[in-house]
Amino acid sequence: MAKVRGAIVVDIEACKGCEICMVTCPNQVIGMAKEVNGKGYHYAYMENPEGCVGCANCAIVCPDGVITVYKVKLKQENEKTR
Amino acid sequence: MKELKLLKGNEAIAEGAIRAGADAYFGYPITPQSEVMEYLMAERPEQRTGMIVLQAESEVAAINMLYGAAGTGKKALTSSSSPGISLMQEGLSYIAGAELPCLIVNVARGGPGLGTIQPSQADYFQATKGGGHGDYRLITIAPASVQEMFDFVALGFELAFKYRNPVMILSDGLIGQMMEKVELSEQKPRATEFDQSWATTGTPANREQNVITSLDLDAGQQEVHNKKLQAKYKKIVENEVRYEEFQTEDADYLFVAYGSSSRICQKAMELARNKGHKVGLLRLISLYPFPKDIVRELSFRVKSILCVEQSAGQMIEDVRLAAGCEIQIEHFGRMGGMIPIPEEVLEALEQKLIGE
Amino acid sequence: MDIKDIIKPENLVYKKTSLMQDKALSYCPGCGHGTAHRLLMEVIDELGIREDTIGVAPVGCSVLAYDFMDIDMQGAAHGRAPAVATGIKRCWEDKYVFTYQGDGDLAAIGTAETIHACNRGENITIIFINNGIYGMTGGQMAPTTLDGMRTSTSPYGRELGSMGHPIKMTELIAQLPGVHYVARHSVHTPRAVRRTKKAMFKAFEVQKERKGLSFIEIVSNCNSGWKMTPVKSNEWMEENMFLYFEPGDIKVDGKLVEKKKIK
Repeated sequence: MAKVRGAIVVDIEACKGCEICMVTCPNQVIGMAKEVNGKGYHYAYMENPEGCVGCANCAIVCPDGVITVYKVKLKQENEKTR
Repeated sequence: MKELKLLKGNEAIAEGAIRAGADAYFGYPITPQSEVMEYLMAERPEQRTGMIVLQAESEVAAINMLYGAAGTGKKALTSSSSPGISLMQEGLSYIAGAELPCLIVNVARGGPGLGTIQPSQADYFQATKGGGHGDYRLITIAPASVQEMFDFVALGFELAFKYRNPVMILSDGLIGQMMEKVELSEQKPRATEFDQSWATTGTPANREQNVITSLDLDAGQQEVHNKKLQAKYKKIVENEVRYEEFQTEDADYLFVAYGSSSRICQKAMELARNKGHKVGLLRLISLYPFPKDIVRELSFRVKSILCVEQSAGQMIEDVRLAAGCEIQIEHFGRMGGMIPIPEEVLEALEQKLIGE
Repeated sequence: MDIKDIIKPENLVYKKTSLMQDKALSYCPGCGHGTAHRLLMEVIDELGIREDTIGVAPVGCSVLAYDFMDIDMQGAAHGRAPAVATGIKRCWEDKYVFTYQGDGDLAAIGTAETIHACNRGENITIIFINNGIYGMTGGQMAPTTLDGMRTSTSPYGRELGSMGHPIKMTELIAQLPGVHYVARHSVHTPRAVRRTKKAMFKAFEVQKERKGLSFIEIVSNCNSGWKMTPVKSNEWMEENMFLYFEPGDIKVDGKLVEKKKIK
């Protein structure tokens, strides 16, 4: 059970589709879109969003700084009921 | 009471820099101008005024240190002699392109190549036509005495900051090495407040970033920048012409000369006048902008002109361009470090102009 | 939990620093320059020294660095950045001054300026991007091009006998007493990025304490010049560049570090 959930927002038009974020993601969250952006690049997106833990590894290796990262700590089920 | 001091021309540059309130000097030793840095190092201007003096690893480094320092908005200068000034041409082009106010002193010597260490005026083209790549000009002023070596440092800085343009003091080994009495002006404080609107000082929250560069990859923008530079040079040409006339009122013959040659011409003029020849002297102070209006005016009044330069004839091209009529314009000069004596100049006058 | 509930300002953990200008970088996809730029701006941002920092841009791919870094900067002639930085620093002793230079700029045409700024112990920081090639001019051989590496001016591979050896500028300058801190890192993995950023913090700290010159080499990729995909170029970099240009601290606190590999 994940204790944290994360999400990324990709600046689609600034993404150059280099795929470095994709291979960096520890949970294989990121994929490259089949569509292209205005420059013709297949841009990064969350293919498996539920796997994201907000570690920001993708964002800090992104050469173009196009990724913004969010993270929330989830309360445990038993904590809620107590 | 005036403060007087016996100084070498090169020392006068150094003392002039300290007293003009300069912030930094960067240089590299080369004969015949090494006394500039030697004097500065001995004077400890960092204690007198807080001025920085640094010996660079080359003229290339020195001119780029000057670029960096000038880009901070502070008063900086360098000095060298002909071969070193050639090495600086790359940096000078960047400085002109980036519109950085600073001062470059050339205590010229004979060339081409390593040439010789004796005085020469063969760097006229390089100093007045740009020198490096691209369309640019240095404001060029030529001192003819040790006093002027001192005075022109302050004048040079004034012009540099007025136009945000590099200024060159074009001297030579004769003026640089000779000693004369100099009346020293009072110490100007180093500026603590100056125009930082364009300078790199670190970006405060209340303004956008300042960038010093000569680069614009957009050809259209680069042309706009070039037009701006040309408009500035036009203003300089309109406002900064400087020259001196000696006995031109009744002159039949005219010497045109600058720097050390103008000193020699003064004596030659005296000798000529003693022999009954009505000779005048036009001594150019600003070489860029070239005093073309006065040359034109005098060309209508005199019979012929002798350009005296320690070169194969460089300034003479500008004199010919400026002359307003078909008048005889001759060259006399020595080269490679040879200094003409007044009698030689008189002889040239008599042979080439008067026809004796 | 819905993604909309995660993407809220209070949950933000990483965002590009505002000191990077809001415009597309001119670098090729996957190029390490972008990451190095951003790290440098993050460090200046986090130290709160924008108002006291002046950068010097080189000639090469990062010639337009000032179009991306939103701080006061000067563009230097090719190789002259350390001299320009010297001029700035001597006039603004209390400000932070850095140069950002590539291998052609720093290790070929600017060798003299680099060595002498280091030797004088100028209190500046040099960020040296080494990708073993001239990127901007189209992939020519650089002073740091590896043995046998193909470039447009060494199309059959660099031949050491006639073309010389790849130069280890970083080890060379580390020998100089004026140099206080020297490290070689990269920016191709999260771990490498964190190490590089830490090194940059240290470099500015050294500058603040006026202990001498700080020098960080960033071994980087040039996927266009190397003719590889970005991901492949990073692998190639690890497998080849790192063997010759070994990452790690080289000089710390003015003392040369005994070799130890980091994985």
